[in-house]
Amino acid sequence: MNLQINHHTIEQTHSLKLAGEVDAYTAPKLKEVLVPLTEKEGQEIIIDLSGIEYMDSTGLGIFVGALKSTKANNSSMKLRGMTERVRRIFEITGLTEVMDIENEVKGEAK
Amino acid sequence: MTGKDAIIDRYQDLITTYIKGKSETALYKGQQFSRKLIEQQISPEDVISLHIQVMHDLFPDMDEDMRDSFDFLLEVMIGYGFAYREHQSLRDKQQQLESEIEVAASMQQTLLLSDVPEVDCLDIGVISVPAKKMNGDYFNFVKDGNALSVAVADIIGKGIPAALCMSMIKYAMDSLPQQQQKPHLLLENLNHVVEQNVHPNMFITMLHGLYNPDNHTFSYAGAGHEPGFIYRASEDRFEDMIAKGIVLGVSRTATYQPYEKAIEIGDMIILLSDGVTECRTSKGFIERDEIVALIRKHMDRPAQELVQSVFEELEKLQEFELRDDFTLIVLKRVV
Repeated sequence: MNLQINHHTIEQTHSLKLAGEVDAYTAPKLKEVLVPLTEKEGQEIIIDLSGIEYMDSTGLGIFVGALKSTKANNSSMKLRGMTERVRRIFEITGLTEVMDIENEVKGEAK
Repeated sequence: MTGKDAIIDRYQDLITTYIKGKSETALYKGQQFSRKLIEQQISPEDVISLHIQVMHDLFPDMDEDMRDSFDFLLEVMIGYGFAYREHQSLRDKQQQLESEIEVAASMQQTLLLSDVPEVDCLDIGVISVPAKKMNGDYFNFVKDGNALSVAVADIIGKGIPAALCMSMIKYAMDSLPQQQQKPHLLLENLNHVVEQNVHPNMFITMLHGLYNPDNHTFSYAGAGHEPGFIYRASEDRFEDMIAKGIVLGVSRTATYQPYEKAIEIGDMIILLSDGVTECRTSKGFIERDEIVALIRKHMDRPAQELVQSVFEELEKLQEFELRDDFTLIVLKRVV
C-alpha cells in the first residue's frame, strides 16, 4: 500500500490531503513534504487525514516531530478528518491533548 | 599447473568449442564460467587480457588492426575494473557491518535482559519477540522488597536508534529507584529524561505498574501505551486497563495519573505492546476482542504456556511474518 500526498499552498497556508497508509515504509515520504513546511516562520499547515486507512507508530512520530518543529517556528498544524482507527492511536498515545485536532470523526475506512 | 594457467586452458577450451560449433550449450558454459571467474575475483580487464592471450594462441596470423583493437578494449575496460573492485570492497564492508549489528543485537539482549522474578502469589508469563534483529519493545521487572515493579515500553522509531534509546531508558529507570514505588512519578521523571535526549520524531510509550503482595493491589500509570487488560475471575470478564497519559518525550510538563486496582485470587493482569493489537493478517487487523478470545482459550494453562500459545496463534495468523515487535506479559494471582 502506498501514500498519496496532495499539496496546495495559498500564501502562508498549506493544505495537505493524505490518502493510503502512513507506516515505516511511507513515513519518509511524508516527512520530506511536511518537515520543510514546519521549519518556516508563521505558517499554517492543515492536514486532511480522511483518506488514511492505517497509521503506525512511525507515522505518528512524523506528526510528533512536525508538532515540535511548528512550535519552535511559531507556526501551527491542524489535523482533520481522522477515521476512527487513526483517531484511536492519537487518543491512546495522549497526543489528542497536545495537537490541534478537528473534532469530526469519519466512519471506519474499510 | 597454477590456477591462472588452468583458467587460461579452460577459457581456450570453451571458446574453441564455441567457435567451432556455435552451439547454445557452449554459450551457456561461457556464462557459467563467468560465475567461476567472479568467485575467483578476476576483474573485467583481466578477462579481456585472458581473451587476448587465447586469441594470440588460437589465431597467430590475426590481423594487426584486430590485435590493436583488443589492446584498446583492454584500456577501456580498466574503468570497469575499478568499479568492480570498489563493489567488492563495499560488499566486504557490508558483511562486516552486518556482523557488527549481530553483535550489537546480542549485546542488547544481554544488557536488557530482565529476569522474571519469583513472587509467591503470582504466576508470571512473559514473551517478547522482535520483528527484526533489534527489539523496539522493552520490559523490565524489578523486585523491590516484597513488591514487584513491572514496566513494558515501546520505543517508536526502529532499529539501532531505538535500541540505543532503550538502553537510556533502562539506566534512567535504574537510577530512579525510590520512584519505582509510585508509577506516575516514575513516568514523570522518565519523561524529562526522554524529552531532553531523543530525536524529535522519536517517543516512547510505557506502562509501569507495581504489584503489592501485602494488600494485593496493582498500582499503575501509563504514558500513551496500548491499554492492557485485567481479567476478573469472579465475573469471568476482561476489562480494559485504561491509563491515560501522553507518550514520553513530547511534552516537557506532562504529568501522569495514578491508578490502583484490587486483584483477587484467579485475576490476571495482562500487559502488551501495540505489536499485539496492530497485528495485520490477510483479512485485516486483529481486534482487541480477538486477543481476548485467544487469551481466554489458553487461560487455564500456566502463565508462561499461555503467552507462548497466544503468540504462536497470532504468528500463524500473520503467516509467520511479524511486522512489529511483540510483547505479552501475564501476571496471574494464584493465592
